[in-house]
Amino acid sequence: MLELRDVTKVVGRETHIRGVSMALERGSLNVLLGPTRSGKTSLMRLMAGLDRPASGDILMDGKSVVGVPVQKRNVAMVYQQFINYPTLTVYENIASPLRVAGRDKATIEAEVRKAAALLRLEPYLERTPLELSGGQQQRTALARALVKGADLVLLDEPLANLDYKLREELRAELPKIFAESGTIFVYATTEPSEALLLGGNTATLSEGRVTQYGPTPEVFRNPVDLVTARTFSDPPLNMLKVTKRGDRFHGPQDTAIAAPASAMALADGTYVLGFRPHHLYLDPPGPQAVALKARVAVTEITGSESFVHLDHGGERWVALAHGVRSIEVDEDLTVYLDPQRLFVFGSDWLLAAAPALRSAA
Amino acid sequence: MEKPWNNKAWFLVLPVIVLVAFSAIIPLMTVVNYSVQDTFGNNVFFWAGTEWFEETLQSERFWAALGRNLVFSFIILAIEVPLGIAVALAMPRKGIGVPVCLVLMALPLLIPWNVVGTIWQVFGRIDIGLLGRVLADFGIYYNYTQNPLHAWITVIVMDVWHWTSLVVLLCYAGLVSIPDAYYQAARIDGASRWAVFRYIQLPKLKHVLLIAVLLRFMDSFMIYTEPFVVTGGGPGNTTTFLSIDLVKMAIGQFDLGPAAAMSIIYFLIILALSYVFYTVMTQTGRDRETGR
Repeated sequence: MLELRDVTKVVGRETHIRGVSMALERGSLNVLLGPTRSGKTSLMRLMAGLDRPASGDILMDGKSVVGVPVQKRNVAMVYQQFINYPTLTVYENIASPLRVAGRDKATIEAEVRKAAALLRLEPYLERTPLELSGGQQQRTALARALVKGADLVLLDEPLANLDYKLREELRAELPKIFAESGTIFVYATTEPSEALLLGGNTATLSEGRVTQYGPTPEVFRNPVDLVTARTFSDPPLNMLKVTKRGDRFHGPQDTAIAAPASAMALADGTYVLGFRPHHLYLDPPGPQAVALKARVAVTEITGSESFVHLDHGGERWVALAHGVRSIEVDEDLTVYLDPQRLFVFGSDWLLAAAPALRSAA
Repeated sequence: MEKPWNNKAWFLVLPVIVLVAFSAIIPLMTVVNYSVQDTFGNNVFFWAGTEWFEETLQSERFWAALGRNLVFSFIILAIEVPLGIAVALAMPRKGIGVPVCLVLMALPLLIPWNVVGTIWQVFGRIDIGLLGRVLADFGIYYNYTQNPLHAWITVIVMDVWHWTSLVVLLCYAGLVSIPDAYYQAARIDGASRWAVFRYIQLPKLKHVLLIAVLLRFMDSFMIYTEPFVVTGGGPGNTTTFLSIDLVKMAIGQFDLGPAAAMSIIYFLIILALSYVFYTVMTQTGRDRETGR
């Protein structure tokens, strides 16, 4: 088990990591989710032992590893860039950690063949990385991490430089590849959908802080605060500032939304309503729907879906609609909210009420 | 199918053609002109054919000078390339040390050739030079005007001092372009310092090294100013390189025909050797890359 206790990292005057505490179990898959510069890489470097925390403690199986150099820890890391030894063949690349560890020839041969089979690199063992496609280069790097049999495998946005197709393919294989090795598996990504696809646990990061850590679907459905909800939503979570009076939320432009059962008990005051783009409807989703007026700013058509960027009051919203819609920019549009699908955040940004309907949250 | 023709493009390349014509083609053709004719002055020329070429290729003086050139270039490359890589590796990657080192490294490159020659000529003099006097005090009778070995050492040390910086700067540029993640990955792998150099830095330096070797070879093969200033080709003929011999022949003896023939042979040798260097270095690189 890898345990971080109130770890802080300061570089110059900048604080990169602020008081992070988390415990990663053996055999678990942990996703670090956050935008660029939120501290994912810094946190990984601390976990690996490449950097020393300014304060706090890092424990591996109960023993502090702060100050233990990275070579002495059993760590493997894969990067966004495809890092391999450029002059060595794929076989020698995969064998390199075993050679450093001084394994005998037969073991090396067996291990390399096994990893190559798992990552489907067998036909390319005699080539050098530069002769391979990006996907194969990254598979080579992953195979090197795999054969090392590391206690901790850190993947820093490993699929970010691959094209869409290769990314999907490799993403589906990754959890299986490392599942049987029983290592602690940490995966950094900027994409919420990647975290959901990988499953496991997710830690959402924002400005060097871990805002929430828990099972991925749990974090997605019950974000503890607005920052977590926004981090874990792509396109970003839509927001509406409202005032609760009695059983209604009152917003700008005379909007009145009936408070859902989950939010009924909340005290009167100011709140922020949050709703995901696919819960901002262009057609009324049911009799309980609330109609709002908004002005179209931009429309993006991806084929099966349309993203409609809308202005409502001072807020910019994104609605995700199925199919290709012909919507003119600057058109005034009636959009609909389902009160059952609203996140309610208090004025302190903490979650006050989660959507009553969780099945499709 | 009628292709639209537009000859205006020629006007755009005209400046380059004019420039190349005046800087390279016309002077070269003049030399060719001299090399196949004989003259006794007054602009009277007689056809000589390949006579001067034959004479040059049969002269012992030419082969001796060519030999000196090859030995000189070989020593220069053997010292400057490894030394340049070593210095580049030792240079800092960040902080205040970077600009300081870069300026220090660039300094010798900014000094004109003849000044470099003069500096070392004075520096090494046994009567008033700092180096010569100090060595003499230690009992080493260092005299580049009389001892051929001392003359060679002086010329080589001078060239190393003057030009290693170029190799350093090229290699440094190659080194800083290696992403940090490579070093980090190597650290995590537990790779040794030598392994990092052999498997990460050297392969990534390949392209700049090719340029460095080519530049230093061509330049050292054309060495003229420094030995001219320091030793004047002596003692005897021991530091008479092709270029020095050429100038002696053309300006000193005014043998324009043989000098022109020698220039052309000299030019062709540099061209051929550079081509061989380039082909060999890119070829071995490609072989390694493709694993064949």
